[in-house]
Formats: sequence, structure tokens, C-alpha cells
Amino acid sequence: MTATSATQLRSPLYLTKLTTRDLDVFYGDKQALFSVNLDIRKNQVTSLIGPSGCGKSTFLRCLNRMNDVIESCRVEGKITLDGEDIYREGIDVVQLRARIGMVFQKPNPFPKSIYENVAYGARIHGLAASRPELDEIVTSSLQRAGLFEEVKDRLEEPGTGLSGGQQQRLCIARAIAVQPDVILMDEPCSALDPIATARIEELMEELRENYTIVIVTHSMQQAARVSQRTAFFHLGIVVEEGETPQIFTDPKDPRTRDYITGRFG
Amino acid sequence: MLLPLTALLLGLTAAAFALGRGRALAVVQGNASLLHSRPAYYGQWVALWCALPSFALLLGWLALEPSLVEQQVLSGASQEVRGLPAERLELFVSNARALAEGGVTSTVPDDDLIAASERARRVTGAGRWLLSGLVVATAIGGLWGARRRVSRELRARNRVERIVRLGLAASSGIAILATVGIVLSLIFETARFFALVPPADFLLGLEWSPQTAIRADQVGSSGAFGAVPVFAGTLLITVLAMLVAVPIGLMSAIYLSDYATPRVRAVVKPLLEILAGIPTVVYGFFAALSVGPVIRAFGERMGWDVSSESALAAGLVMGVMIIPFVSSLSDDVINAVPQSLREGSLGLGATRSETIRRVVLPAALPGIVSAVLLAMSRAIGETMIVVMAAGLAANLTANPFEAVTTVTVQIVTLLVGDQEFDSAKTLAAFALGLTLFGVTLTLNVIALSVVRRYREEYD
Repeated sequence: MTATSATQLRSPLYLTKLTTRDLDVFYGDKQALFSVNLDIRKNQVTSLIGPSGCGKSTFLRCLNRMNDVIESCRVEGKITLDGEDIYREGIDVVQLRARIGMVFQKPNPFPKSIYENVAYGARIHGLAASRPELDEIVTSSLQRAGLFEEVKDRLEEPGTGLSGGQQQRLCIARAIAVQPDVILMDEPCSALDPIATARIEELMEELRENYTIVIVTHSMQQAARVSQRTAFFHLGIVVEEGETPQIFTDPKDPRTRDYITGRFG
Repeated sequence: MLLPLTALLLGLTAAAFALGRGRALAVVQGNASLLHSRPAYYGQWVALWCALPSFALLLGWLALEPSLVEQQVLSGASQEVRGLPAERLELFVSNARALAEGGVTSTVPDDDLIAASERARRVTGAGRWLLSGLVVATAIGGLWGARRRVSRELRARNRVERIVRLGLAASSGIAILATVGIVLSLIFETARFFALVPPADFLLGLEWSPQTAIRADQVGSSGAFGAVPVFAGTLLITVLAMLVAVPIGLMSAIYLSDYATPRVRAVVKPLLEILAGIPTVVYGFFAALSVGPVIRAFGERMGWDVSSESALAAGLVMGVMIIPFVSSLSDDVINAVPQSLREGSLGLGATRSETIRRVVLPAALPGIVSAVLLAMSRAIGETMIVVMAAGLAANLTANPFEAVTTVTVQIVTLLVGDQEFDSAKTLAAFALGLTLFGVTLTLNVIALSVVRRYREEYD
């Protein structure tokens, strides 16, 4: 906590997008997260690192309430998006997920054409009144995801026919098309080769201007490259959180130091 | 005689396995890792050498024996017997064979027959003793020869696996051959039918009345073989059944796969599948005795003219019967759609129902179509329910309250009872069968090509 207040003093010009307070998550009887308090800053990339099973994906899936799908999952505590409690009674999960997009570990394009993949979210939320408007949304989303030049001549071909890296950028375009505020990425590069990974990392840097990004990653180099802030999870608790350079060069907690230097995990 | 021989061969085969395995271990003084294959493979290899040639010899003899017997019986027969017409000659041969084996004959045996049976006994008696000796010798020879060839370098596993692969290929070949045989038999009998009734009359005729007079002076018609009303009846009942089964089956599949909790699913799915286990005869009298009267009573109250045997009763009950086909198979394919696609859709803010309608169902479409096709071929082939609930009258109608009949029901009625196999009435069954086969095959091909065009691939 002292680290956080120190950075606040140094750079007061930021806005908090998402906050969690005393967040506990249970799967049945097993507790997966213990009293997590974390602030996610607007227009920054926040990376969540930690060994497998430490709760970072669980945390990510709480932010857009994807854990609701899992029957045995129970969430306690408070998560706010722009100051509004997203687990409050009467909140519309559909609206929430439209504001918080998600990109998954394995590229999961729908078995539809490239165009339809991107148009999907816009259609269900009624974002386009006419076909030209929809075309515009699809084109600009693909452009912002850095995929348009590669696919502009084959928008009607199936999205599943693209390469892994292209598929993942298609999934990002699909998420952007809904015009979210936040994009959650759950190990988005773990199924990709280094070149496709570099392409996605570049993209994150560009997207940061307009979106708030939270990324779960197993690659500490990736966290160091793309994020401004990093949180280290271990056994369901946040061990340390702070500015990325500080976490990687001068960790305060011995467990963070051990993980970063490769002593475990 | 055959039973002990078979038992003996099986015993020899078992012994061959043990001997082969033992020999392999003996060759390397019990150090199995020096062998090319695991010891059991040497056992299997020797056992195969023992069993395959001897059983092949046995089966070959059994296939040849009848013609040998016939040849023997006829070769010494008198001029009088040889002059008999073909059917009588056949009877003579089977009588001689029955007498030779101590069975019952259809006539009091005369000298001719007794002499013939003696000749038949030469083949079945002495011949079989000779055969048994030969078969056992082959088995032992195979065993001995194979056992001697067991060595460290012998590639027993590869050889056994090649034979197993041939066996597997032969099994699938049998299924294909059976289909070809069925189709060929249909084609030949249908050709005979079309020699009596012009194909155009059969395919385009609007009247179905297959009763023909056996003798020229009998009362009765010359028969009308227009198959259109029969096929129309099949179509009507199938459509009714699918109207019941597809929506209900599909919706219950969606409920089971995407809404039901695991506990509900574990109870409901087996219960639904019980429906598939009820014999169709039971459905038949349920349709005829319970559903039919209810429909008629309802129709009377509404002032409609409803016959007590109606296409509607049969169609409704048949629809219920095939619900589990649609629901269970669709449930499986819907479940096979990756969870990641559902999460992708939900993550974009789609509701559950949008996710199912726009992502899950399109992805599962090929499987759902094949489930529906399977259900449809059940509906087309179903006979019992229609016999009991929809009647036998070949009405050309689209009114579900009237009695209709279907192709399968007509095939049954044409072939039930004593039949002569050269009348148009009997042969019509084969023509109906072949046409039905053609129709369902066409439907399948069309549906598959439609699916291929619209399928949405996921990996």
C-alpha cells in the first residue's frame, strides 16, 4: 500500500476505472481469491502475473461477471466500474459486458464470416441503423485491430480460416466493435508464435489511448513490455502491486522477487 | 459331428497359443526382451496358423456339400426321376437328403428314393469323416509348422496386426456387401414387376388397389398399381410426425444442454430416452385406442368429419416416438459446440438466448440436420403405428383427419399370408420398397449437400 501512495504522489494525473474492495471468490467450498483490493487505472495497461492457479484469471472473469456462468461460483466484496457497483442488484449484465470486452486465451472466432464475426456484437446491441453504418463499424474495428489490410478482400470468408494470430486480432476487433471502455485479455498470446505476439503487443500500446486494458500473462517479459502497472498474484492474494518498472526492478516483497527471478512458478 | 469338431479345433487353437508363446520364451531362455515382439504375439501368430486354414477348409466343405450331394443323388437316379420337372426334382433331392440323415420325408420312400439316399449318405457320412481328419490334420500341421518357425527375429506382431487389419476391413466389407445384395434383390424383383405393370402406371397412377384375381373366372378387379396415394400417405404422416418431433425435440435439447442444471439433466435425459425404448407396437395401440378416439371426439364437437382411423392420430404418436431421436442426438451435438464460443458471445454482451440462436445452433446445424434426417427415416420406415392408427385405405388426400396408408404398411399387407411370387400383387411390394429406398436416398443426399454448403466449421 505504501508503494501505491508513493506513485500517487508522483503522478496524480490519472483516473481510476475499476476498483475492487475485499473481493472474495469461492468455487463451491474452495476459496480462490482472498480479499483482493486493486485499482485499475484508465487508459493504462495493467498486467496480472503469477503462477498457475493463483487466481488471476478468476479475478479477470469477475470484472465482467463471466463467473456468473459457473454454477458453483460465489463472489463477495465490491467491484466498481466508474464508481458503480457491478454486482449491485438490478445491474444489467448484458450492458456491463458490452462495456467490458473480453479476449480469451485461445482465439475463439465464431464459425461465421470475418465480417459477421465483427458485426455480431454491433448487431445484437443495435449499434448500426443501416448496412452502411454496420460496414463502417466493421471496417474501423478491423482497422483498429490492425487486421483490415490483411483481410479486406475476403471479408466473406470464414473467420476460422485465418491464422492463429489473425484470429486473435479478429477477436480483438470483435470486442472493439461493441465500443467498450475496458478490454480484458486472458493470456491472449499464449497460443501464438513470437511474431503474432509482437503484433498483438504493438496493438495493445495503440489501443491504450482509447481503452483501459487488463491482461493476464504468464510471460514476465510481456508484462514488462506492455504494461504500465503490474499486480503479482500468489495463492489467491495480491502480494504486490505497483508500477511495472518498480515491480520488475525493485520488488518490495520477497515472494515477488523470487517469482520474478524465476525461483518458483 | 460338427459341434465336437469345432470344439476340438477351438481347443487346438488355444493349445497353439500356449505352445507358440512358450516356444518364443524358450527360444530366448525366458528373456522376453530379446524377442522382436511380446511373447503373446507369437502365441497369437501360431494360433492363427492353426485356426484359419482349418476353419477355411471346414467352411469350404460345408458350402460345397449340398451341390455334391445333389450331384451324387442325381447321377445314379433312374431315367424316370431325371425326367421330373424342376420343382419335383428339387423335392426328390431334399427327400433323399432327409432320408439319409434320418429325417422325415414328404412321401413314402420308394426304391428310387432309398437308393438315392444311400448315395447321399456316402457324401454326408464318409465324406464328413474324411473331412474331419483333413481338418484336424491341417490344424495340427499349421500349429506345428508355425511353432517351428518361431524365432527371435520373427516379426510376429507385424504379421498378427496385418491379419487383424484384414479382418477389420472384411467386417466393413460385409456391411457394404449386405447393402448391395439387398438393393440387387430389390432391383431384380422390381424389374419383374415392371414387366407386368408399366412403370409410368406405377409411378404416376392415382389409384392403388392391388387385389388381383388369381383365376380368370374370379370376381375381383385386375388391380390398379398407382403408387401416388401410398407415397402421399407416407409424406403426410411423416410431415405430421416431424411437425411434432422437430420443435419439441430441438427445444428440449436446447433446454437440456444450455439451461438445465447438471442434476436435472442427469434425470431428464435418461427419462426422455426411455421413450425410444418403448416397442412400436405399444405406440400403435396407444395411437389406435387412446389418441384416435380423442381426436375423433374432438372433431365431432367441432363439427368436423373425422374418421376413427386418421393420419393425425398416427402422425402425432409417431412424432412423440421420434422425439428422443431428435432431442438426444441434438443435445449431443449442441454439447459438442465448444464452451469457448459461448463465452466469446456472452463476453460481447449477448444474452443466453442470442448466444444459442446466433452462435450455438448455427455451429451445431450439421449435426442437428443429421439427427432430423435419422428421425425422418424412422418416421418413413415406421409401420406398426400406421397399420393400427391410420388404416389401410389408400386415399389420396392432404386432410389429416382422413384415413391414409403408407408405403411400408402396403408392403406388409402385400406380403402377409400365402403368396405366389409371380403375381403383380406380390412383386409390387418390391417396387414400392425400391422406390422408397430411392426417395430416402435422394432426401439424404440433398440434405447432406445443403448442410455442406451452409455448415459453419469450428475446430
